[in-house]
Amino acid sequence: MRQFIVRRILLAMLTMLVVSFLVFTISRLHGDPRNLLYAADAIEFDQEQWDALGRELGLDKPFALQYAIFIGKLLRGDLGESIWRYKPVTEVLWERIPATAQLALGGVLFSLLAIPLGVVSAVKRGSVWDILARTIAVLGQSMPGFWVGIMLIFVFAVNLEWLPTSRRGDITHYVLPTITLGIFPLSGILRLVRSSMLDVMDSEFIKLARAKGAANVRIVWKHAFRNALIAPLTFSGLLIAGLLTGSIITETVFAWPGLGLLAIGGVQNSDYPVTQGVVLVFTAFYVIASFAVDLAYAFIDPRIRLS
Amino acid sequence: MNDTMVIGTSSRRGLTGKLANGLDFMRRWPVISVVILAVAAFAAITATTLSPHNPKVGSLDDKFTPPIWSEGGSSEYVLGTDHLGRDILSRLMFGARISLSITAASVFIGGAIGVVTGLISGYYGGWVDEVIMRVVDIFLAFPLILLALALVAVFGDSVILVTILLVSWVWTSFARQVRGETLQLKELEYVKLARVAGATTWRIVFRHIFPGTFNTTLVIGSLRVGFVILVEASLSFLGAGVPVSTPTWGSMTSDGRQYIENAWWISFIPGMAILLVVVAANFLGDWLRDRLDPRLRQI
Repeated sequence: MRQFIVRRILLAMLTMLVVSFLVFTISRLHGDPRNLLYAADAIEFDQEQWDALGRELGLDKPFALQYAIFIGKLLRGDLGESIWRYKPVTEVLWERIPATAQLALGGVLFSLLAIPLGVVSAVKRGSVWDILARTIAVLGQSMPGFWVGIMLIFVFAVNLEWLPTSRRGDITHYVLPTITLGIFPLSGILRLVRSSMLDVMDSEFIKLARAKGAANVRIVWKHAFRNALIAPLTFSGLLIAGLLTGSIITETVFAWPGLGLLAIGGVQNSDYPVTQGVVLVFTAFYVIASFAVDLAYAFIDPRIRLS
Repeated sequence: MNDTMVIGTSSRRGLTGKLANGLDFMRRWPVISVVILAVAAFAAITATTLSPHNPKVGSLDDKFTPPIWSEGGSSEYVLGTDHLGRDILSRLMFGARISLSITAASVFIGGAIGVVTGLISGYYGGWVDEVIMRVVDIFLAFPLILLALALVAVFGDSVILVTILLVSWVWTSFARQVRGETLQLKELEYVKLARVAGATTWRIVFRHIFPGTFNTTLVIGSLRVGFVILVEASLSFLGAGVPVSTPTWGSMTSDGRQYIENAWWISFIPGMAILLVVVAANFLGDWLRDRLDPRLRQI
């Protein structure tokens, strides 16, 4: 177990290192950062100021050293300064994190509805719930997220006028973005819960529990359900990735002022430090989350913990 | 999701029931999925000759014409026109061209890379395996869409860039699965016999092991198609995909966002096209999996 954890931590660090290197290389390929400052401030530089600025930004040093300096700053939480906002990138990121976190939390909670629905669908095959579950599972995996968002706006905000079209606000503002973000992971979990529940319900130990005369509710939720949860857990790495990607799209559709929208704005305004910051935050989040998932998985399944 | 449906349940009423019936029908008859994909491919191939209008030039007099079945629709524009009066059907056909060719290229190239690395990783084992699998892990951790945004900001938007990004994501699932298969196959008697008989490593891997992983490869490939289409559409939607001047299903949906109140069809139709093609691809993948490799059901 200890070796497993150490390995995973090393891998997580390696991943961050590779992504930060990539991000840094892209930033240098982006061209001389002085040009961006120049464009943003529209100030005339003379040669001396230009060189001084170069030294200040460390551009006179070799590439490897520049990268080392970048990593050093990164570890101290210094992601540079936003070119358009005249603020440290870290500060800009902190302002945006709550909005994305709330949206993601909503999406996760919504997608977890898949668990009861999947169980009911597997236990009562052919019922209305089963039909509903299977339809959602198929469509949820096939609908483009942005289109779901736009169509939800069209039906519930524009035509029925039940819910607001976009932006953050009271609780009603959360409904449509949450569904848009959650429907894809929901359908993925639904598929897995349903199929593993079907497998488990068919197994010997369930038959034994039945033979012993255990109540149906107990068989389903105590015996079968716990065993059926392992399969969806293996899928959660992809789900986390899906949530991150989905949040960028959902934020774009609903003008939701989170990290995703910040990154898009960063690209549009050539504010590279901001885009870079969001890429790093998202990767870090993915790495930490999948580490947590692996731990949970090892905790539940002794075959992994002990191997 | 692959069991055959309980037929004739009395609870299948209403819209959901009909929808579910339709979906089950599609699942049981893969030919329907094949037809949908064939129509999309045909539209893509014949776009230059058969498309009724120029996809990039519209007539402003005809802007916001609804589709033919709506009030005010005209037979001139079967699926209506967008905010610049461009024919949606023609744009859809040219869009199919981009989406399908990028998808095909990414799945083929990614599949080839994934199969080769998976074979090497599984067959050699040891540190080679370790390195390849860690590379896979790292690739999976990349926030693909954000990276696409950053790269597009630097290099400008291009079809090649999008394909490279998709390949960098697609190959991982092939590599993992083929590695797993190889680990099992290389322990089998016939592979050992081939080694004893003096076959070269190259020959063992490609003549004796690779054919054994072929079904898996085919199934994963078909199951990835739908997802690649969705990711490509998302990139185009965000403007981080292929050049903006080229019509794509994703960018067409994006175009319609602002006009959703009065002209729902601009967004609705391309999104529906994506949905149909992805459902068809997924069903075909499910069907192939059940036929060729039921063990992969969890994917």
